[in-house]
Amino acid sequence: MFSLERWQEVFETISKNKLRTFLTGVSVASGIFILVILLGVSVGFQNGIESQFQNDAENIINISSGRTSIDYKGFNEGRRIQLKNDDYDLVVKNSRQPIEFESPMYRIFAGLVSYKNESGNYRLEGVQPDYQFLESADIIEGRFINRNDITSKEKYAVIGNRAKKDLFKDTSPIGKTIKISGLNFKVIGVFTDPGGDREETRVYIPITTAQIVFGAGTDISNMGFTLPKEENYDKALKQSNAFAAKLEQILKAKLLIDPKDESALFISNNIENTKEIYLLLSAMRAFFWAVGIATLLAGIIGVSNIMLIIVKERTKEIGIRKALGAEPLSIVGMILHESVFVTTISGLFGLIFGLVLLEVVGPLIELDFIKNPSVNFSIAVSTLILLIAAGAIAGFFPAWKGARIKPIDALRDE
Amino acid sequence: MIEIKDLHKSYKMGENSLHVLKGINFSVEEGELVAIMGSSGSGKSTLLNILGMLDEADEGSYTLDGVPIKNLNEKLAAQYRNKFLGFIFQSFNLINYKSALDNVALPLYYQGMKRSERMVRSMAYLEKVGLADWASHKPNELSGGQKQRVAIARALASDPKVLLADELTGALDSTTSYEIMDLIQKINDEGRTILIVTHEEDIAQMTKRIVNLKDGVIIDDKKINQVRAIQNV
Repeated sequence: MFSLERWQEVFETISKNKLRTFLTGVSVASGIFILVILLGVSVGFQNGIESQFQNDAENIINISSGRTSIDYKGFNEGRRIQLKNDDYDLVVKNSRQPIEFESPMYRIFAGLVSYKNESGNYRLEGVQPDYQFLESADIIEGRFINRNDITSKEKYAVIGNRAKKDLFKDTSPIGKTIKISGLNFKVIGVFTDPGGDREETRVYIPITTAQIVFGAGTDISNMGFTLPKEENYDKALKQSNAFAAKLEQILKAKLLIDPKDESALFISNNIENTKEIYLLLSAMRAFFWAVGIATLLAGIIGVSNIMLIIVKERTKEIGIRKALGAEPLSIVGMILHESVFVTTISGLFGLIFGLVLLEVVGPLIELDFIKNPSVNFSIAVSTLILLIAAGAIAGFFPAWKGARIKPIDALRDE
Repeated sequence: MIEIKDLHKSYKMGENSLHVLKGINFSVEEGELVAIMGSSGSGKSTLLNILGMLDEADEGSYTLDGVPIKNLNEKLAAQYRNKFLGFIFQSFNLINYKSALDNVALPLYYQGMKRSERMVRSMAYLEKVGLADWASHKPNELSGGQKQRVAIARALASDPKVLLADELTGALDSTTSYEIMDLIQKINDEGRTILIVTHEEDIAQMTKRIVNLKDGVIIDDKKINQVRAIQNV
């Protein structure tokens, strides 16, 4: 393989058979190129679909409190349970699983909100920054509440689009001052919510501010968590149930609630709702796997075909070389050496061209269902190696057959 | 140089078996120029292919320069062909994407000779056949006679014991044929053993010995007075 003489012979053959080399190169390069593009687009498709259904796959676990229904440790049944800041901290601290988003919430169902002469009753919720993601609220103007607003207890408000239309009509509310229960709040953002009008009548303020303004001390109404998305539904279900069980156990121990009491704490877990989305995503993944493998197979068959044709075309030359004293192995070596060399070079061309195209054009594609088409470089390289190996193996058999041909048959005039 | 005893060869054609060579006994001394003649189907090409180790005999023995040619594997056959034999074909069988010089150098490549040495030696043989000026031309830029000269130079390049020529003038007009035969005679004059298969009487008369084949047996084997080709050019 590394003999200089062989390389000279191969280079000579390649340079003197420009058309054949060019055609082989073009078919291999375009094959690899199309393969890379297809793989990239299918990755983009997968990304796009996953991000479309991302929110629906989110498993939100909510905890709120009620009254006890069983006497426990000297407390009578019917005791009202109130969640506090330290209950939330305890849950966050003791969770052994990674949490994606987390926020406590303090709620006033109807708070009077007014701007100049317009006013209305809106649901007020004191929240932390992550709450935006728990509620899938999309900011359309300004920003959501941030960590700073919480620590410095700012009197800032983020209002729903419905509330904005009621109070401000068509003008921008950002930076304007509204009155909430008689106190001045600055509007810092407007949000929309896939839940529609009803959810867009809410007004979010920092939870620390809410607890002071409404004299709630350290009370909270609710706490919400999401767990990171899992590969499949079974894993997600397991994680989510484990998390909910752990949470219930911690809170019931701290708040002195009978473990069998079912009305003191309400834990809602919407994991069941995500089942279909998970199934859809895994079906999607299986589909793109199949597409990738089929494309690769087509590539392998294409390259193998080219090899077959090349060997067929060189039958007579092989006969001449054998008559002049070429050993069978040297014939096989020559053909494989040449074809692997041409396949590698042109395959690299196709690979690089495909990757560059994806890199340049990929980010420009802004379709709902195609997002960031790209190919993992190592996957692309191993694809190329696989194709070359397949080409070599596919070329080996006809080359071997060619080498076995009796020179007399190869040289016979057609 | 060549020693053949009781050589048999048959080809299978479907269910039938075609007995082509039916016991050939034949020997060639060093420096001979032999014509093997016969009508088509007489088995003359088959004999040449067996002599050239391009084909195998079913029965009988074949000794070349004291080496028994028997049970050769492909590799050994290739080495013997390269070392002992030079081929000249009716249809030239040059590799058409290689220049005349590179074609002549090919057997030397398979001997493992370095490129620079190959080129010097091949050039010397091209000069010998009078084509030094055409060294860089491809076969399709050469006339039939020139192609056959390149093929002869190629056959000589590995300095073989025996040259085997199969109807080497079959694709050439008579003037060119005689020129080629003149070259062959000169090479023979230098002491090289040459076997020519032909069905043309005038070509056969230019050798030193004619072996006549008919239906797979030698019917006639006689030395003749050589006609010098140069007289006919």
